Amino acid sequence: MGDLLRVITDDGRADPATDPNLSRDELISLYRGMLLERTLDQRMLSLQRQGRIGFYGPSVGQEAAIVGAAFAMDPRDWIFPQYREPGAALVRGMPLREMIAQFFGNAQDPIQGRQMPCHYVYRAGNFMSISSVVGSQIPLAVGAAWAARIRNDPIVCLVYFGDGGTSTADFHTGMNMAGVFRAPVVFLCNNNQWAISVPVRKQTATETIAQKAAAYGFEGIRVDGMDALAVVSAVRAAQRKARGGGGPTLVEAVTYRLGPHSSSDDPTRYRDEKEVEPWRKRDPVDVMRNHLVARGIWDSNAEKRLHQELDDAITEAVHAVEAAPPPAVDAMFTDVYEGVPWHLDEQLRDLREVRGGR
Amino acid sequence: MPPMNLVQAVNNALREEMRRDDRVVLLGEDIGRNGGVFRCTEGLIDEFPDRVFDTPLAEGGIIGTAIGMALYGLRPVPEIQFMDFIYSGFDQIVSEAAKMRYRSGGQYTVPMVIRTPYGGGIKGGLYHSQSSEAYFCHTPGLKVVVPSTPPDTKGLLISSIRDPDPVLFLEPKKIYRAFREEVPEGEHTVPLGKAALRREGKDVSLFAWGYMTHVCLDAAKRAAEKGWECDVVDLRTLVPFDLEAILGSVKKTGRAVVVYEAPKTAGFGAEISAQIAERAIEYLRAPILRVAGFDTPFPYTLEDVYMPNADRVLAAIEKAMGF
Repeated sequence: MGDLLRVITDDGRADPATDPNLSRDELISLYRGMLLERTLDQRMLSLQRQGRIGFYGPSVGQEAAIVGAAFAMDPRDWIFPQYREPGAALVRGMPLREMIAQFFGNAQDPIQGRQMPCHYVYRAGNFMSISSVVGSQIPLAVGAAWAARIRNDPIVCLVYFGDGGTSTADFHTGMNMAGVFRAPVVFLCNNNQWAISVPVRKQTATETIAQKAAAYGFEGIRVDGMDALAVVSAVRAAQRKARGGGGPTLVEAVTYRLGPHSSSDDPTRYRDEKEVEPWRKRDPVDVMRNHLVARGIWDSNAEKRLHQELDDAITEAVHAVEAAPPPAVDAMFTDVYEGVPWHLDEQLRDLREVRGGR
Repeated sequence: MPPMNLVQAVNNALREEMRRDDRVVLLGEDIGRNGGVFRCTEGLIDEFPDRVFDTPLAEGGIIGTAIGMALYGLRPVPEIQFMDFIYSGFDQIVSEAAKMRYRSGGQYTVPMVIRTPYGGGIKGGLYHSQSSEAYFCHTPGLKVVVPSTPPDTKGLLISSIRDPDPVLFLEPKKIYRAFREEVPEGEHTVPLGKAALRREGKDVSLFAWGYMTHVCLDAAKRAAEKGWECDVVDLRTLVPFDLEAILGSVKKTGRAVVVYEAPKTAGFGAEISAQIAERAIEYLRAPILRVAGFDTPFPYTLEDVYMPNADRVLAAIEKAMGF
């Protein structure tokens, strides 16, 4: 682990050589984003267990990588998520009500119940729509970044994927084309060690993910993904390089998926809890909190207040959206194309007739 | 303008749209200095050096990055050198391009046209001959367009580029340079979703697209010598197809022959047949017949035997008339 970029030292202080020097407010805002993601996960998993939402994919252990990377970008930059980045959408200002309505998939869901939970989109925050196909977002991010370059816009694209995603053809093609066209992209590999039940050593024979960048002609860096400041530092440098015409960077954030892959997954089937323990001691939310305390800008009262605030915000959002009815049947037929072509229109009319006009 | 062949019509449409709209960009293999292996993009890199891109050899990457460009606000027109090579980009088309508007509630859209030569007739064997339109017609969110004449090629390609949704634009490579026709200069569009009646007759309706339209016209000419007059309906757009034109013709003639190059089973002609059966069976005086490719890979040496020709179409016409 010697080659890992780290900022927060074991005693909770920041290494001045690598510290991104965030302001007090920025540090707290970053921590808030991480804790919001953690709290949201806990609450949504509980809703899922109660049968109130159908599915959930938690991010526990990856909050520093997810929130830290989004935090390091400019708001005008585009984010191409995998499917485990609610914290990044929230950094981009996605209202909790919209996100939680997406989990319920009801009439208040901006995408009208068309996708499984955890497939939200937020264009106002340049946060791309999510596919469940692993890796398919990578060429899209490269294309958007390339387009920004063609238009001479100072826009950089951040694309998230996991260690499993690096095995896909889309990873190879995307990395290759980004290198060839010097597309302003930051590739953020959240190496959480597990693609459902398959460990990273069975995804790749290379020692690290970061070293793959060399084959595409650009830089790869490896950061401690449990350390939010290390992620901010690396991603910010990559973003600036890309915006300045220096091309793409692959950032490997070494993290650990502390929870299950999703609400449908049971990790005890394939991994030893003993393996998880050391990583749990490096819980990214704890690491960041300890750092704030070490800086003297955080204490247990502030922590308590923040917990309460986030919990209340989530409760409020759940209450605001849960009772909404299912989407109208029409919503199944709209947005397939810009208009509704005759064949879809006819199918909808036939369906309504069978349903007694509804 | 002097008459143009289909390749020149593609080139002319691209050039005019690129002049009109600076968001239109081209990307693909060998489309720059080489002008494309069929020369459809010849000379465009000279006029638009910053908007025509030779890409690495990766169809999934060409389509995937084109989708990203479209999301960003450009109007990319990627070229896939042969339709037979499109499959490594299939996931990008089906999972990303076609579903983007739906899954984002209209927040993100993919106005992109994938151009690709398709079909047999150039001695291309298994991997330079396929007509795999059915896979794409089965994908909600995608439009599928197939021209059969030079003026339609220009008009349909321009309409496709201006369309707000992703379009797969299939160019019948056998007739790329087979004949020339007048192509209107400047603004010329042909609406998507509208068929063209290429020949009128009262006895049998022939439905086709792309090169098969010309096979049907040949067959119709020979049928006329036997006293049978055929409607030849060129669908031009497969998704969404022109139901009215199909039903209008079949209700008049009472006989339908659907002609397509692709393997017969589950080809798009099966959909046309089913639509006619569902909606106009009481008008039919004979079973709906299909003349298609065989359910085999596309062969090299026996290409001419594999592809539907006027003899086979004529046999179907005869069968329909004799029923």
